[in-house]
Amino acid sequence: MKFLSYLISGIRLGSIYAIIALGYTMVYGIAKMLNFAHGDVIMIGAYVAFFALYRAGFPLVAALLASVAVCTILGITIEKLAYKPLRSATSLAVLITAIGVSYFLQNAALLLWGSTSKIFPTILDYGFIELFGGELKISYQILITIATCIVIMVCLTLFVNKTRMGKAMRACSEDKDAARLMGINVNSVISLTFAIGSGLAAVASVLLCATYPTVTPTLGSMPGIKAFTAAVLGGIGSIPGAFLGGLLLGIIEVIAKVYISSELTDAIVFSVLVLVLLFKPTGLLGRKTSEKV
Amino acid sequence: MLKVEGLKVNYGMIEAVKGIDFEVHDGEIVALIGANGAGKTTTMHTISGLLKPSAGSITLDGKEVSRLPAHKIVELGIVQCPEGRRIFAQQTIEENLSLGAYARKDRKEIESDMEKVFDLFPILKERRKQLAGTLSGGEQQMLAMARALMAKPKIMLLDEPSMGLSPLLVKEIFYIIKDINRQGVTVLLVEQNAKMALGIANRAYVLESGKISLSGTGEELLNSDSVKKAYLGG
Ligand SMILES: Nc1ncnc2c1ncn2[C@@H]1O[C@H](COP(=O)(O)OP(=O)(O)OP(=O)(O)O)[C@@H](O)[C@H]1O
Ligand SMILES: [Mg+2]
Repeated sequence: MKFLSYLISGIRLGSIYAIIALGYTMVYGIAKMLNFAHGDVIMIGAYVAFFALYRAGFPLVAALLASVAVCTILGITIEKLAYKPLRSATSLAVLITAIGVSYFLQNAALLLWGSTSKIFPTILDYGFIELFGGELKISYQILITIATCIVIMVCLTLFVNKTRMGKAMRACSEDKDAARLMGINVNSVISLTFAIGSGLAAVASVLLCATYPTVTPTLGSMPGIKAFTAAVLGGIGSIPGAFLGGLLLGIIEVIAKVYISSELTDAIVFSVLVLVLLFKPTGLLGRKTSEKV
Repeated sequence: MLKVEGLKVNYGMIEAVKGIDFEVHDGEIVALIGANGAGKTTTMHTISGLLKPSAGSITLDGKEVSRLPAHKIVELGIVQCPEGRRIFAQQTIEENLSLGAYARKDRKEIESDMEKVFDLFPILKERRKQLAGTLSGGEQQMLAMARALMAKPKIMLLDEPSMGLSPLLVKEIFYIIKDINRQGVTVLLVEQNAKMALGIANRAYVLESGKISLSGTGEELLNSDSVKKAYLGG
């Protein structure tokens, strides 16, 4: 029963990773770049939600929407200002720029809000449900986190596979010039991708702060790296891959922490990644070609 | 309809197209022939807006299009079926065709147009739910042409539609090009298969190292000694 409850908290953590991983994977799939500033968008989202809840006294849903709105605009702006001018530059130049954007955001947060951590107000605290005659307790917070992740995955999959815009996104991920010849405005598709990824980062930030309620300028770094690992583990560019990679990573992390050692957790997580890539270089659900969404 | 004047295109320091002029009139099939590396694809990409010219103008019915982004050019009715097909392998045939119609405003007619395109390419209808990457080379070429047709082009730019196909299929493809033209679509055809291209073209231009070296009716060029020597194997 203990194991089951660890498993469930692993799935909760993994759900958050999966939502963040979607941002990495979609941007990589469409723009073929690693947006290392993605983790810092989460951090900004957390601050926005914090101020909306705590200072402005917004209800949770309004705070979430505010955070989503700010992050979406931030994501589009970052792409326009930092990445778009580098469309035809080498991937190294783009990567260095992304790291620069990441530092910029962290330092901007440091300047604006200081280095002392802010304590995120308690949210999603609706108690537990008890199963097996009280032996297994699952908090509603956990259920809400997992459910949010599932809803996002389903909606995004439907969007990408069924809508006109989704087909255009997949076309861009396969062959941008051919997509242009179809009359697709590739720049708007890339903007939309950043918008979706960053909006999801805001959702992840709120779920993250519900679990770990301290907000600091470096809050996004670790979850960012873990989610990136999850995206690569699942197969970068693949939406189901982000889901699977996120869940696996969350479960491995929690189980390793409990049963092996909390110091070694990160080492174990990254070893799993290396092992998987040794046997399947494209990740668990990655396709052989480089053409993925 | 389409007029290209003084067109120059560079890749960095290299000038691939060195000031060319040509014209395609309403309802014509015009062929652009030339050896590997002559600048045919570069010209087509520039007309479609994938490349920006360093000099010159491209006009459609008198309107300058060379400074427009590619997706706007498609909306104006200049539609390209690119070299190497460039179909979306991970999407189904039906999805590829609806992507072809992406820029159209008359969404309601897309479905009936898809049926018309299926009449022209029955093989695609049978396979409509299949991933495009699983098609054979010839079928992929047909899909690429069908996809371009779905955009309802005024003028269709066809870049080497016969590349890598068996003689029988080449014949079929050229037959279809004529058919498309008969249905009112103006065609600018780039080909290395000069004999077939000149056979169906009203007029043609010969592109040599980024310059137009010769032009005339299809028949004139078929009978020209220099064309015979260079492109028709004596
Ligand atoms: N992306 C590029 N960068 C640099 N040079 C290029 C590029 N694409 C083409 N070129 C050069 O421009 C010239 C014209 O190429 P283009 O592809 O237009 O020729 P083509 O007539 O279509 O040839 P083919 O019959 O082989 O398709 C060639 O010398 C080619 O090497
Ligand atoms: Mg070519």
